[in-house]
Amino acid sequence: MYMYDWSVITRNMDVFIYGALKTLEISAISILLAIPIGIIFGMGRISKNKFFRLISSIYVEIIRGVPLLVLLIWIFFVLGQFLKLGSYWGSIWGLAIFAGAFIAEIVRAGIQGVPKGQMEAARSLGMSHAKAMTHIILPQAFRRVLPPLASQFIMLIKDSSLISIIGATELTLDAKNLVATSFRSIEVWTFVAVVYFIMTFSLSLIIRYFETRLSKSEA
Amino acid sequence: MISIKNVNKSFGAHHVLTDVSLEVPKSNVVALIGPSGAGKSTLIRTINALEPIDNGEIIVDGISIHDKKTDINKARLNIGFVFQSFNLFPFLTALENVTISPMKVKGLSKEAAEKRGKELLASLGLADKCDAYPSRLSGGQQQRVAIARALAMDPHVMLFDEPTSALDPEMVTEVLDAIRKLAKDGMTMVVVTHEMGFAKEICDEIVFMADGKIVERAAPNKFFTNPDTQRAQDFLSKVLNH
Repeated sequence: MYMYDWSVITRNMDVFIYGALKTLEISAISILLAIPIGIIFGMGRISKNKFFRLISSIYVEIIRGVPLLVLLIWIFFVLGQFLKLGSYWGSIWGLAIFAGAFIAEIVRAGIQGVPKGQMEAARSLGMSHAKAMTHIILPQAFRRVLPPLASQFIMLIKDSSLISIIGATELTLDAKNLVATSFRSIEVWTFVAVVYFIMTFSLSLIIRYFETRLSKSEA
Repeated sequence: MISIKNVNKSFGAHHVLTDVSLEVPKSNVVALIGPSGAGKSTLIRTINALEPIDNGEIIVDGISIHDKKTDINKARLNIGFVFQSFNLFPFLTALENVTISPMKVKGLSKEAAEKRGKELLASLGLADKCDAYPSRLSGGQQQRVAIARALAMDPHVMLFDEPTSALDPEMVTEVLDAIRKLAKDGMTMVVVTHEMGFAKEICDEIVFMADGKIVERAAPNKFFTNPDTQRAQDFLSKVLNH
């Protein structure tokens, strides 16, 4: 019968804390890169410029059709031959390019969800298309995309566990190493699951708080 | 002030405007009336180029609106437009709705834009609604904010596309009063409306449209008592006898 020894968790708490912080760091940098990528290509998907629209569609469709794990390995081994990425930046760009495609779709839906009359009203007041976008459409699209954007961030935290495959230090890789030395896989993986849950759940609580505040200010 | 010459427009095979010509002199108020599907809304939307035309010419204030060389954003500064469904910006307060374009397009300072915005809202009976978001306003109040928003750009021409059609009956009067006041001040206006009493009272000319054509133009008294065309007589017998 298996003898549980949970002291492996307490004895190695510093490893878990370090791993969790790395996971948050990598996820945060990735999402910060993914948001501008997503805004650019999301607007590209509905742009009047055919070339821009085509490029954006190709990007979104390819990334959505390739598993993240494959994308990460491809970036690390193939792109890594030409660019000195390393596992840290290779993972961050991999996650950012992956999440960027999903954010592009969120942004596109957010902009298209703003009623047509808003653009017409802005244009009738003499605003150029760009001014109407900046001052009237995007602020409204932003409010619409906030909830799906938040769940994308939560997904990214979970997806970041995959970068352990290319050797980037974060919670999952630290856990793997700890299991290799302590042979306490049940305890370690149970605790890792709990840590991921704590990170994602507290994040959704924070987001929910901001959403309620935002909807209050508009009412 | 507004000169529409031989304008044609189709949506696919459907001809929505057929060879439409119309002159609106300065300070005149023209009502566009007619059955739905007649092309009234399309016509008024071509005057500020919200709707493109296939051919013809529209000149407002000396500027050819559909000319490719025209800076349409500049041309629209002279033309205020009020929509049936208000189209207020829901994330901005009433005052911010009125001030955003003077600030972002004309480069007015916040103080100057707010001073003028408050005056306009006050003149439309909305002095106490400056800080209210559109969702907190009644339909009539929203439409008056929309009128203030258009006036804040100091247009020379105002276009109203069924401004009271989306309103509850008891709110129609407050919006019509606002338009009436503009007429008194000498604003040049085109109004698409189903309010026949209002059209008769304030308009200099009634333009009756059907099937994408202008069928009859007449002074209000003549039009409502003794229209020339059978089409207009049929229309009036339907809308006036109930």
